[in-house]
Amino acid sequence: MSALDSLSLTAIPPEDEALRGEVREFLARAMQGVPAHVRAKSWSGYDSAFSRELGRKGWLGLTLPKEYGGGGRSPYARYVMVEEFLNFGAPVGSHWIADRQSAPLILKYGSEAQKRFYIPPICRGESFFCIGMSEPNAGSDLASVKARAIPDANGWILNGQKIWTTNAHNCHYMIALVRTSGTAEDRQKGLSQLIVDLKLPGVTVRPIRDLSGESHFCEVFFDNVRLPADALIGAEGKGWEQVTAELAFERSGPERLYSSIVLFDEWLAFVRTPQGRTREALELAGRIVAQLAPLRAMSIAVTGKLAKGESPIVEAALVKDLGTGVEQLIPAAIADDLYSRQPQDIPMELLHTLDYVTQVAPSFSLRGGTRDILRGMIARGLGLR
Amino acid sequence: MDDLLTDALRQLLADQCTPQLVREIEAGRPAAPFWKLLEESGFADAMVSEEMGGAGLSLADAFPLLELCGTYAVPVPLAETIVARAVLAQAGLERPPGSIALAECAASTQGGLRCDRVSFGRVADWVLAARGSECLLLPAREAESTPAVFPLDARLAWTEAGVESALRIPGERDLLSLRACVIAAQLSGALMAVFTRTLQYANDRNQFGRPIGKFQAIQHQLSVISEHTFAARTAAQIGCQSDGGMPDRLRVAVAKARTSEAALEVAALSHSIHGAIGFTEEFDLQLYTRRLHAWRQAAGSESYWHGVLGEELVDRRSGLALDLLRATTDM
Repeated sequence: MSALDSLSLTAIPPEDEALRGEVREFLARAMQGVPAHVRAKSWSGYDSAFSRELGRKGWLGLTLPKEYGGGGRSPYARYVMVEEFLNFGAPVGSHWIADRQSAPLILKYGSEAQKRFYIPPICRGESFFCIGMSEPNAGSDLASVKARAIPDANGWILNGQKIWTTNAHNCHYMIALVRTSGTAEDRQKGLSQLIVDLKLPGVTVRPIRDLSGESHFCEVFFDNVRLPADALIGAEGKGWEQVTAELAFERSGPERLYSSIVLFDEWLAFVRTPQGRTREALELAGRIVAQLAPLRAMSIAVTGKLAKGESPIVEAALVKDLGTGVEQLIPAAIADDLYSRQPQDIPMELLHTLDYVTQVAPSFSLRGGTRDILRGMIARGLGLR
Repeated sequence: MDDLLTDALRQLLADQCTPQLVREIEAGRPAAPFWKLLEESGFADAMVSEEMGGAGLSLADAFPLLELCGTYAVPVPLAETIVARAVLAQAGLERPPGSIALAECAASTQGGLRCDRVSFGRVADWVLAARGSECLLLPAREAESTPAVFPLDARLAWTEAGVESALRIPGERDLLSLRACVIAAQLSGALMAVFTRTLQYANDRNQFGRPIGKFQAIQHQLSVISEHTFAARTAAQIGCQSDGGMPDRLRVAVAKARTSEAALEVAALSHSIHGAIGFTEEFDLQLYTRRLHAWRQAAGSESYWHGVLGEELVDRRSGLALDLLRATTDM
């Protein structure tokens, strides 16, 4: 019938589930005393010291081969690990992109020299990557990127601009999607991925303040940046296919379910008190569970496909769209619940956490592919002509 | 292997359980000949042990069969009979011929028993109901039957004498969860049927010189239908995750709540995409969307099961919500 018929219930193998106890024990200690409104930042929380500590424990690059400093584990092991990180609100933002997609990309498309150079520091939590895709005039229409790298005797000369680059101001490298041959009319053809050392002359990073008052994403300007020849990752002109495969990694994980979970647990703690418990709150709690549980099962099923070497792009997009819907429902519904009560009952920390998540909630269905783009993709992937 | 069984049932239903048949039985044509055909196929014994003449499937293995009952809008309680016969077999009892509906009952004022809104109550041969520390298998023929809302459903009432002569199955059983479980599975099948038909319609129907599926608004609505359909199917599978014959109540809560939420959304969206033709009796869509609503309403709509999950999470657990998610989804 369709691709989604093969998305069936999948078990996390016991050897991977076994990681959970140790990770949870560590997180319970590490996050003790950290207030909910801080933990609610989830993978937007940056802490390079924390990332290095995880690297020392061998918890980064979990799915990468041991010969490059990785853990040699399955995607399920990473799933268990990441699920715990997100539910505790651990500040995993610094290494997040490098660990989730940049290292797997370099492993898949990189030369041996590139793998040996870039992957071990990522696994140690010492090297942070960002993604250079969007430009001011190329958001949903990513194929219209204009940043251009022209080959010269020594490598490449890069000019152009990227925007909405998460964490660029704290990163060492960017993997940028740029045009290396042809013209804009060629669209997906002639694009390549280049690894850009953000310390190079000609690179300017400018953080952008978002509506919550934080600066997670950035503009990045390239003014005649000289890149070595081996900045190219994979094949010249094959950047589009490489990016598309990368998206299956980006969209499939538990982070599409748990962006609001710290808020949910904080609210739950309140509902569990005598003054917090109401019938309406109970049903809301149950409603969220009923929506998240099948999504968790689907997310694990997608992980299972990744573990088999498949590229479940449509399935991942579907889980992401549904997941971000629940992530946005949580602050909206909790706000109605709390603000229909008497004000003196509600803990201030809970309200701060709710306020933060409410403000950043629109970004859940923008980042990693907007809802509108995903829905078109899903429909066509399922057989709409 | 259950894939062969599933394919066999699918073939049988595709051939025999046509939209025409569904309409006829809903309109009052006797269901007995169609039931006889199903009885002879052996599928009703799918969960009865092999020693006792069945296929020995667990509830988890039987999910595809239960789901097919929804995909084909089977107008008799085949899914219910499959699980009910497993209950009887497991209790070491003979399984009488005939279909079995599951029901919740209450003592009636005259000393007998009353079951409101019995799904398939108008066409079933037997009704399996829980009463305290035992279950009763009551003959539907001997009940006073009054129409319920859905054409195949009924309110059934037995006199005290009628109750006395019912077969007793000792032991307390959560038949409400069992019923909700098989309805969730049928909802999953019906949702798949609606999704498939709506996708087909969007590809076939041309307006403004192209298939309507080329329009972004239609693509988005279809995408939302597919999201609900696949989340619901996953939820229904979760509900059937049991090595034995009886489901886990919390998993059923996830299943029935999520399939019910999906049913409401998908029914509305499918009618939106089909336009006026989908609103006719003659067009088959309504056979399914009426069932989406009926099954959403049966054995507890979503808020009921949200309450079940909420009570568990709030009153009986401390710590991360994640751990309840794990408890319901881990295999």
